[in-house]
Amino acid sequence: MSHDHTTSGHDALHAGQEGHAPSTLRGYLTGFVLSVILTAIPFWLVMDGVLADSGATALTILLIGAAQMVVHMVYFLHMSPRSEGGWTLLALIFTLIIVAIALAGSLWVMYHLNINMMPGHLHDMSSM
Amino acid sequence: MSDTHILHDSAAGGLAAADDSRFIVREPHHPENGTLLGFWIYLMSDCLIFACLFAVYGVQGRAYAGGPTGADLFDLPLVAVNTAMLLLSSITYGFAMLESQRGRLRGTQAWLVVTGLFGLAFLGLELYEFHHLIEHGAGPWRSAFLSSFFALVGTHGLHVAFGIVWLVTLLFQLGRHGLIPANRRRLMCLSMFWHFLDVVWIGVFSFVYLMGVLP
Repeated sequence: MSHDHTTSGHDALHAGQEGHAPSTLRGYLTGFVLSVILTAIPFWLVMDGVLADSGATALTILLIGAAQMVVHMVYFLHMSPRSEGGWTLLALIFTLIIVAIALAGSLWVMYHLNINMMPGHLHDMSSM
Repeated sequence: MSDTHILHDSAAGGLAAADDSRFIVREPHHPENGTLLGFWIYLMSDCLIFACLFAVYGVQGRAYAGGPTGADLFDLPLVAVNTAMLLLSSITYGFAMLESQRGRLRGTQAWLVVTGLFGLAFLGLELYEFHHLIEHGAGPWRSAFLSSFFALVGTHGLHVAFGIVWLVTLLFQLGRHGLIPANRRRLMCLSMFWHFLDVVWIGVFSFVYLMGVLP
């Protein structure tokens, strides 16, 4: 038990030093080129109206946006499972879960509320 | 502090040291650079604020109240230029970090100034857009869509404005004290703040502007 504690403590310390490994020009330039490409594609899709279906366009924009966020996290914010002994990643995962619940929950609940509170439905309910 | 206390107790009591050693915490209490982890957790809480504003926009984004729609209002070339400003400011901040790692004060300051100028250009364009919208009667009072739009984009702009205030402060601190460890730590924190704002902007231009003009 005590042995486990000491080793994990040592690993955390070691990773803390590794987590702030010097960032490189190569890393920043890779991130920049990738994010320029990932920014240009959705703007091109919308401004030139490439896809006829707006639902498909929206989905593509969201997916590319998510990919670009990951690129920024990795190349600019230097996220890695090792930084700060994994605590930054843990905080990020926790936040993402809360964000997903808040976003999906709000959209879902309010969408159904909108549909069910339409004047026609209200009339149905009052006649029941 | 508590470690030594336990050690003293066990020594004074003369208990078997092998049993007590299980309760002694051997890992360091304060991880290296606790500031950076703490700042990261602040950024995550900021992320929750933006998530709420995004959720509000997601719900109200099509509630035009008979007023102008996103397709009527949004000027995508302007948004593209704005996005380019923020992206360029991100890479120039990266260059400032690289210069600071090499211990070059002048280079760090120069790239920070460039970053600040890109940030100001971003803010200027955003204020121009807001002014333009309000002038045409499309202010935050017009519809739920515009209220949520101004709340979300305005909050992001406010963050950028405070980031620039911080950046100017840091420039003075660097000028006075040079690349001391405290200033390096501040540089790291502002770097996280600045890149985080860029990540939020990805969400804004994708979710608000690009999806807003789709039919």
